Amino acid sequence: MSSTSNSPTHHTSTIGAIGAPSRRNTELALLVFAVLIPVFAYANVGLAINDEVPAGLLSYGLGLGLLAGVGHLVVRKFAPYADPLLLPLATLLNGLGLVAIWRLDQSELLQSIKQAGTAAPRQLMYTAMGIALFVAVMIFLKDHRVLQRYTYISMVTALFLLLLPLVPGLGKNIYGAKIWIQVGSFSIQPGEFAKIVLAIFFAGYLMVKRDALALASRRFMGLYLPRGRDLGPILVVWMVSILILVFETDLGTSLLFFGMFVIMLYVATERTSWIVFGLLMSAVGAVGVATFEPHIQQRVDAWLDPMREYTLSRAGQVGHSEQAMQALWAFGSGGTLGTGWGQGHSELIRFAANSDFILATFGEELGLAGLMALLLLYALIVERGVRTALAARDPFGKLLAIGLSGAFALQVFVVAGGVMGLIPLTGMTMPFLAYGGSSVIANWALIGILLRISDTARRPAPSAPANPDAEMTQVVRP
Amino acid sequence: MSELTLTVMRLGFLAVLWLFVIVAVQVIRSDLFGTRVTQRGARRGADRPQQTAARQGQAPPPQRQQQSGGRGRRGAPTKLVVTEGTLTGTTVALQGQTITLGRAHDSTIVLDDDYASSRHARIYPDQNGQWIVEDLGSTNGTYLDRSRLTTPTPISLGAPIRIGKTVIELRK
Repeated sequence: MSSTSNSPTHHTSTIGAIGAPSRRNTELALLVFAVLIPVFAYANVGLAINDEVPAGLLSYGLGLGLLAGVGHLVVRKFAPYADPLLLPLATLLNGLGLVAIWRLDQSELLQSIKQAGTAAPRQLMYTAMGIALFVAVMIFLKDHRVLQRYTYISMVTALFLLLLPLVPGLGKNIYGAKIWIQVGSFSIQPGEFAKIVLAIFFAGYLMVKRDALALASRRFMGLYLPRGRDLGPILVVWMVSILILVFETDLGTSLLFFGMFVIMLYVATERTSWIVFGLLMSAVGAVGVATFEPHIQQRVDAWLDPMREYTLSRAGQVGHSEQAMQALWAFGSGGTLGTGWGQGHSELIRFAANSDFILATFGEELGLAGLMALLLLYALIVERGVRTALAARDPFGKLLAIGLSGAFALQVFVVAGGVMGLIPLTGMTMPFLAYGGSSVIANWALIGILLRISDTARRPAPSAPANPDAEMTQVVRP
Repeated sequence: MSELTLTVMRLGFLAVLWLFVIVAVQVIRSDLFGTRVTQRGARRGADRPQQTAARQGQAPPPQRQQQSGGRGRRGAPTKLVVTEGTLTGTTVALQGQTITLGRAHDSTIVLDDDYASSRHARIYPDQNGQWIVEDLGSTNGTYLDRSRLTTPTPISLGAPIRIGKTVIELRK
């Protein structure tokens, strides 16, 4: 919905749905490109580390190509008018992630502390599972509006998923953050899936309530102040995110959910005041919790003075980590053009070098130039998501697309900002790049839903079934 | 592996990565300049009335033919433009499809307007390609110029159709 109701300028937002070409061939061409780049990178890593083209080149290339091909064929069959860019972008990021994980697998230091060694084949398996879920979404979700029926079921499911790590015996505390559950030999991060389910709930809820939230307000100092009772939902979501922060001690998850709600609230109501309230509330919440939660406090300390953490950790003091400083050094030694694939020393980050800190490997080996390209790839995914929201004709689809791409953008910001020292570090992973099953699988599902919405939005209107009652209707001319 | 080869590969990889980004941006350049889709729609919209006129050319009412024949060739509207209301500036290419207006989510133009009914009105071409607006029993009515519609009525170019706070018109 445009907000130019009372401005005289006519901006043209052409509804792109009609007559839009399907662009599947463009997608195929880009997809081939997106598979070849990781293959190039893989060969490069092998040549740099072992002086030979790695033996697994063909199998990795074919594996990635096969998965991308399956994805493409399914989109061609079930969502022919979907956006041409989302699938290639996700494939490229996933492929580059695989290469970086494989490159860290080669590091003897990481092998010796059991941080790597066989991560790349597992990541390829997770990618296959992600593509499988993507295919399932494409086939079984014929129309995203069906999801609207499950608004409140989604809320319950999301809360259940979020609270799952707190269940004794099931939840697992990995280095302070309780955002994992252990099922058999697998550990799952339910928050990644909760992200999608929660977007469905917010979209369904806000679609119904947005008029009340937008219209019933008083104007004060240029801001529309909502009525007290309309503050209810934002307060509830805020409380839940604070609870996550306190009990799961994960700043990222908490920030992600609250931020997603504020973004969707703003888009639904067009009221800037929600953003102001949201920023104030998250600042108050984060600062408040950080004062008494030792784990968060430690993260904030490491953010403000990573060098002190590093020296304390070197001195053998327990509970301190040198990761943050090592990541900063990795970025620094990368410079503008990087050291080249396989020639950096990002393995010195040690713990979580191939998951939370994978961006440092890219920063060191591809340099600022490569990192900017990566961030642009993420930005393009988000842009396509927002574009899908603009083109969608139903408010639910609009809000869902905005929510999903907003959550994606926030996650990239929180992780990249954390690794680069802009904000305190959190336990989330870079979508598609980082090692981790939950993240890869959930983000492929997210891309699937975005493609479904964009297919519905760009599909040309069915050609007029020449009005059945046209003959019966008498036309009176003036 | 020699230093030179690795340097070339390093720079080559960055170049390829950036090339991908540039190609991807090229694919969506229509987002920035956004003309292609509209042109395509307009051309088809102009073709359609001719085809329908030719197909049904056997027995049209003679008096109609004069009027709508000229319309079909030169004066046929090619797009529907929202000129007032929250959707101001939105255009929909006319391609012979029925356009539904209302608050229902599956409408072609979803009106965000308290005065609109969920299925408020529809705009469709008749057999001669003349565009007709019909009120679908809405609560607050559909107005063409100043008069409230009671029967399906042909729309002339540029005549304002008012639904609540939204005004739309057909343009060439």
